[in-house]
Amino acid sequence: MATVSVRSVRKNFGSTAILHGVDVEIADGEFVVLVGPSGCGKSTLLRMIAGLENITGGEIAISGRVVNTVPPKDRDIAMVFQNYALYPHMTVRENMAFSMKLAKAPADIMEQEVRRAARILGLEHLLDRYPRQLSGGQRQRVAMGRAIVRHPQVFLFDEPLSNLDAKLRVQMRTEIRELQQRLGTTTIYVTHDQIEAMTMADQIVVMNGGRIEQTGRPLELYDRPANIFVAGFIGSPAMNLIPGEVADGAFRAQGGAVLPLPPGAPSRVATYGIRPEHLVLAEDGIPATIVVVEPTGSETQVSMRIGDTPLTGAFRERVAGRPGETLRVKPDLSLVHLFGPDGRRL
Amino acid sequence: MSTATSTAPAWVRQRQQPGALARLFDSKPFLIVVCLLPAVGLLMTFLTYPLGLGIWLAFTDQTIGRPGIYIGLENFEFLFEDPIFWGAVFYSVFYTAIATVGKFGLGLWLALLLNQHLPMKSILRAIILLPWIVPTVLSAIAFWWIYDPQFSILSWLAMKIGIRETPFDFINSAWPARWSLIWANIWRGIPFVAISLLAGLQTISPSLYEAALLDGASPWQRFRYITFPMLLPILAIVMTFSIIFTFTDFQLVYAITRGGPVNSTHLLATLAFQRGIPGGQLGEGAAIAVSMIPFLVFATLFSYFALARRKWQQGEAND
Repeated sequence: MATVSVRSVRKNFGSTAILHGVDVEIADGEFVVLVGPSGCGKSTLLRMIAGLENITGGEIAISGRVVNTVPPKDRDIAMVFQNYALYPHMTVRENMAFSMKLAKAPADIMEQEVRRAARILGLEHLLDRYPRQLSGGQRQRVAMGRAIVRHPQVFLFDEPLSNLDAKLRVQMRTEIRELQQRLGTTTIYVTHDQIEAMTMADQIVVMNGGRIEQTGRPLELYDRPANIFVAGFIGSPAMNLIPGEVADGAFRAQGGAVLPLPPGAPSRVATYGIRPEHLVLAEDGIPATIVVVEPTGSETQVSMRIGDTPLTGAFRERVAGRPGETLRVKPDLSLVHLFGPDGRRL
Repeated sequence: MSTATSTAPAWVRQRQQPGALARLFDSKPFLIVVCLLPAVGLLMTFLTYPLGLGIWLAFTDQTIGRPGIYIGLENFEFLFEDPIFWGAVFYSVFYTAIATVGKFGLGLWLALLLNQHLPMKSILRAIILLPWIVPTVLSAIAFWWIYDPQFSILSWLAMKIGIRETPFDFINSAWPARWSLIWANIWRGIPFVAISLLAGLQTISPSLYEAALLDGASPWQRFRYITFPMLLPILAIVMTFSIIFTFTDFQLVYAITRGGPVNSTHLLATLAFQRGIPGGQLGEGAAIAVSMIPFLVFATLFSYFALARRKWQQGEAND
């Protein structure tokens, strides 16, 4: 198997800089998710690792070998595309065998490999179909089968689930993770969906505007986001990020709310962060006006206001309040995130 | 106001029984006939009638100025014995075959080139289209000058740089004339092929090429396994049209050689015109034109089978 090192990699399209020096170290067998909003450069980075885009600066090494000038086919990688990129005029079998056919593999080996991949993915009864005759999830599996038969050192996934419906997406998420654990192949996975990132990754790389905001294990990012961007990006519903300033030992928000600070909080706090699920209902809490109540069954999400400061809460309890009524909430002080004027965690 | 006897309020208007005309316009069969009439009328007048007349004329001995009588297959029997007619059949097939191969070879090559990222791509595409925009007769006249025995620019150039002592013989003997006309036809046909195939190339998703690149395909293998099979449906359509246009070509040949020298470059269309209009033998000309029909039917059948949807293009599951 393989390690992947990305060392101060830069990418320009013409005069536009897409990546401004990115470093990622991926250990052997690790599942790494690159996540970020559209246009953050995550797909570009993946395509550079695949060899589909050339590298403006820095270097990329797979298993210690610098591959900057190595053509894609010699990098020993396999990629699953967002639109699957199945060859429409070939059957499932031909699609999966195509790379081996080009490499002039013997027919019996080809058939054996295709059968193995089809068995792993549950595609055995579909081998003679054309991509047009398959459902989205089946096409997705064929695309993975095409990657598996090559026994690559690294799997690359470029937003593979974004064309599937919500239910199938959850199912395929588990399937891909399970497959990766079974094969133990180093995997780099690009998505804009933080839930996919949280649920699948060993390590998440959060990207924004061509830079890495934070790298870490999913719960590390959730528990200790390094800056406001990561705090707002990871977690659903998103963290409440309230601008304001410290005054008289409490946090005075711009909208007028006064929130308690944890002991020993520095005085240069500019943003107060509290996740909706870390607000608790309490008799001695701050009075907040309910705006919208959204029950999801397992929990209840409540949009509310303290003065003019909007706040979202997510409670395990069933909140019976109606819009306009008052709810008393307080933040769990041990789970409050404080950010300085530069947006960094304090 | 209180005198109303009906149970309905007075302001409800009684629904009138529709008149005969209104009922007629409500009837679907009538509407179908009325709506189709203009189109059917145009087609009958400008397509079916001339075609029918042409076929009828082929079975008469009509000449210009004298109404003909029905003579059965006599025109065809005469043509069957006529070496000039068979020469025209041979040259029509030869002309179509070679010009089609040339047009598609060069057209596909151009389309592949234009599908790359080239500087000034749109200007290049516009230039490629030029031969097709110019009216055929104009480009035919240009070629006539290029092929002229005395004033040919090519001969002048060749003599100027000293690779030839005498002018080229382009259209003064049979085989050079045949090849010269084929080249003019290829030149004129390339834009149509290139632009149509370029449109087809642009429908192929770039990610297929990327996937093939990762699968280890060389440029030739990408063409052989991705581009060509995916281009095949549009290639079949364009080829059918091209074969029909080339086989029925008239303008280029008539403007450059008029079928000469010694009838060596007559196509069926030019021979039909030659015999029918300047020669006055309308019946015989029509018979030559009618004899093109089997060839065209064959080309159409070719398209019918080549265009039949391939299995991979079908959406339905078939298990």
